[in-house]
Amino acid sequence: MSGPSNHDYHLVEPSKWPVIGAISVFLMAIGGVFSLHDVPFVIYVFYAGITGLLLTFVGWWRDVVAEAQGGCHTPTVQIGLRYGMVLFIASEVMFFVVWFWAYFNAALFPAGNEAIGGVWPPQGIEVFDPWHIPFVNTLVLLLSGTTVTWAHHAMLEGNRKGLKLGLWCTVLLGILFTSLQAYEYSHAAFGFGGDIYGSTFFMATGFHGFHVIIGTVFLSVCLYRDYIGHFTPKQHFGFEAAAWYWHFVDVVWLFLFTSIYWWGSGI
Amino acid sequence: MAKSYGRHKSHGHAPTGLKRWLFSTNHKDIGIMYLFFAGFGGIIGVLFSVLMRLELHEPGVTFLTWFVADGTVEQAAQFFNVLITAHGLIMVFFLVMPALIGGFANYFVPIMIGAPDMAFPRLNNISFWLLPPAFTLLLLSAFVGDGTIGVVGASGVGAGWTIYPPLSANISGASMDLAILSLHLAGASSILGAINFITTIFNMRAPGMTMHKMPLFVWSILVTAFLLLLALPVLAGAITMLLTDRNFGTTFFDPAGGGDPLLFQHLFWFFGHPEVYILILPGFGIISQIISTFSKKPIFGYLGMAYAMVSIGFIGFIVWAHHMYTVGLDVDLKAYFMIATMVIAVPTGIKIFSWIATMWGGSIEFKTPMLWAIGFIFLFTIGGVTGIIMASAGVDQPLHDTYYIVAHFHYTMALGSVFAIFAGFYYWMGKMSGRQYPEWAGKLHFWITFIGVNMVFFPQHFLGLAGMPRRYVDYPDAYTFWNQLSSYGSYITGAGVIFFLGLVIYIFTKGKKCPESPWGDHTETLEWTLTSPPPLHQFEVLPKIK
Repeated sequence: MSGPSNHDYHLVEPSKWPVIGAISVFLMAIGGVFSLHDVPFVIYVFYAGITGLLLTFVGWWRDVVAEAQGGCHTPTVQIGLRYGMVLFIASEVMFFVVWFWAYFNAALFPAGNEAIGGVWPPQGIEVFDPWHIPFVNTLVLLLSGTTVTWAHHAMLEGNRKGLKLGLWCTVLLGILFTSLQAYEYSHAAFGFGGDIYGSTFFMATGFHGFHVIIGTVFLSVCLYRDYIGHFTPKQHFGFEAAAWYWHFVDVVWLFLFTSIYWWGSGI
Repeated sequence: MAKSYGRHKSHGHAPTGLKRWLFSTNHKDIGIMYLFFAGFGGIIGVLFSVLMRLELHEPGVTFLTWFVADGTVEQAAQFFNVLITAHGLIMVFFLVMPALIGGFANYFVPIMIGAPDMAFPRLNNISFWLLPPAFTLLLLSAFVGDGTIGVVGASGVGAGWTIYPPLSANISGASMDLAILSLHLAGASSILGAINFITTIFNMRAPGMTMHKMPLFVWSILVTAFLLLLALPVLAGAITMLLTDRNFGTTFFDPAGGGDPLLFQHLFWFFGHPEVYILILPGFGIISQIISTFSKKPIFGYLGMAYAMVSIGFIGFIVWAHHMYTVGLDVDLKAYFMIATMVIAVPTGIKIFSWIATMWGGSIEFKTPMLWAIGFIFLFTIGGVTGIIMASAGVDQPLHDTYYIVAHFHYTMALGSVFAIFAGFYYWMGKMSGRQYPEWAGKLHFWITFIGVNMVFFPQHFLGLAGMPRRYVDYPDAYTFWNQLSSYGSYITGAGVIFFLGLVIYIFTKGKKCPESPWGDHTETLEWTLTSPPPLHQFEVLPKIK
């Protein structure tokens, strides 16, 4: 936005958010670590950090939205944003690889592992029936994948009403998934700590659940942005990024369901 | 490329002061901050290494006892372990990566592809600003005990840079958790940087700058960025498991709960092996530019050079367990990892021989950057050859965790990556600051460092072959001679660092003005078409590449 330009790139104005974000995560780290080690009152440092980080998210992305509305996002810049989102999701995939690696490391070779009785699922662990809530949750997420595609097609055809309806369905299905997952967690017959089954189960599904919540918030922001008229059939990358992210979360769940809930239940 | 693109005034207002640096969205300013930060990290890292060499100067625990509160040998030994850990992590995450990727790549990749800036300038800034917090956390981890600032090093992290459990899972106090979060922040910084570089290189090349015309430095950063993007999340996951094992009762690495300490080693090296290529690939790129410039010839076998880096990057992901030959791997697995590791010698050989072929028949000018580049080729080759020796699972059995491995990876990193950093510094200093170094001083710095580091690390081969274990504060008398030689080398290297710092101050205050292209008309890359230093935003009219 600095004067006339001879190219299609977006040269961003100086911004305070990166520094505020970096200081915030520093406070989170310091506050978090020392409160784990029972230093009094440092938990408030952690809270200050997380507040700063949330402020950074809001402020930073508000700036991005304002720039998009101000015409900074030329087609070339939009291609860059697409690359950025795809690469971010690629790194997220590698993050989930780690949790599956830990899971299969224990689950594929139980023989000789005395602490779990040489079998998988470990002796004494009463696992969830995959065909109860986990299967319902699979259907919920798959359905939400179709409703977000419905919203996308409505958007492309300029059908604002269909877009809103599709997005509302997707967000509500996301919330339903999280609620069912919370219900399931509260009825788990095994704990988080103390054994490898609970560790891998809760960390893998927990990180997935956290990503579902992020995706739900992302889609909700898109819904809000649609109400205030940000999207056009030609330019709506924010929505597409949210949809890509949602599909990614969906696919991770399918792997979790088939490998941990189903195959790993020993049924 | 005689036409100058940098001459016209940049329009818009140039930010100044705090706004310019703290809130920067300019790849050159951010690159310079990275370089200063790397310099600071490097000084601390060197300081720690000299302390280690002072302790190892003679047998017996005689030196570090001065630093610890109660002067006991046990505490001094713990402090030694803290030093080796901090030295390793600092040199990897707070010297080499910020200098090569954050510094030189940030500054020169956009220029070399003919772009006015990076794709995501704000993201670029948070990539940088995450590092000072990460570095602070790491330094705290060396000195913090159970929730309080303790005596120096008393309960700091002494687990080695590889932070293997069960040791790392059982260090009491906050120090290990601080180190873990430091790595989380440094990792996030690098992942965001990687996304930025890949997007910039794919999306912002000037008209005519096809992938197969990109300078090799840009290729090297592209490959490096992919390694960062795919390897660092694996480290993040592994250290998250360590964090929850330590604090929340999970048992990922605890056999008592069905976990497996080897899982950590697999995950760590699945990150760690690509990581060491992350440290060296940008160096390959810099060396290629310099060898070509000072031989006054285009690089020999350009496409082979580019795809050699791509294949090194790919193979880097499938060789990790060669770090784990002694943990009891299945013999078939060892055979696989041994062969896969040796395969890396093929693309690496392509690079070494192509550099030599570039020099062959060239009109070579031995300016300072060229000395560092040739030094790099010579020393990196030594490090590569010892690498092939240890790739053999049987031979590695007695060499594992001895000083032989210390010598090997310092020949690739301290004498590879760091030589590339200095080569890049002398090559581009004039371009970045507008002031040129005095040639005699650059050459003197090279020879001091060359003699110093070889004296530090070459004797360590002999120590390793004689069976001296790494990461130990003391040694039997039989190892005295080579250890002393190594320590003297360290003092020479330290003197070189001090000379270098003086030289930097001299350049900034009294250095001669640097012309657009100090290396004559044979340069092929776009930075030499700009003023020195370049304007706030170069290429407001995009260059056309023939």
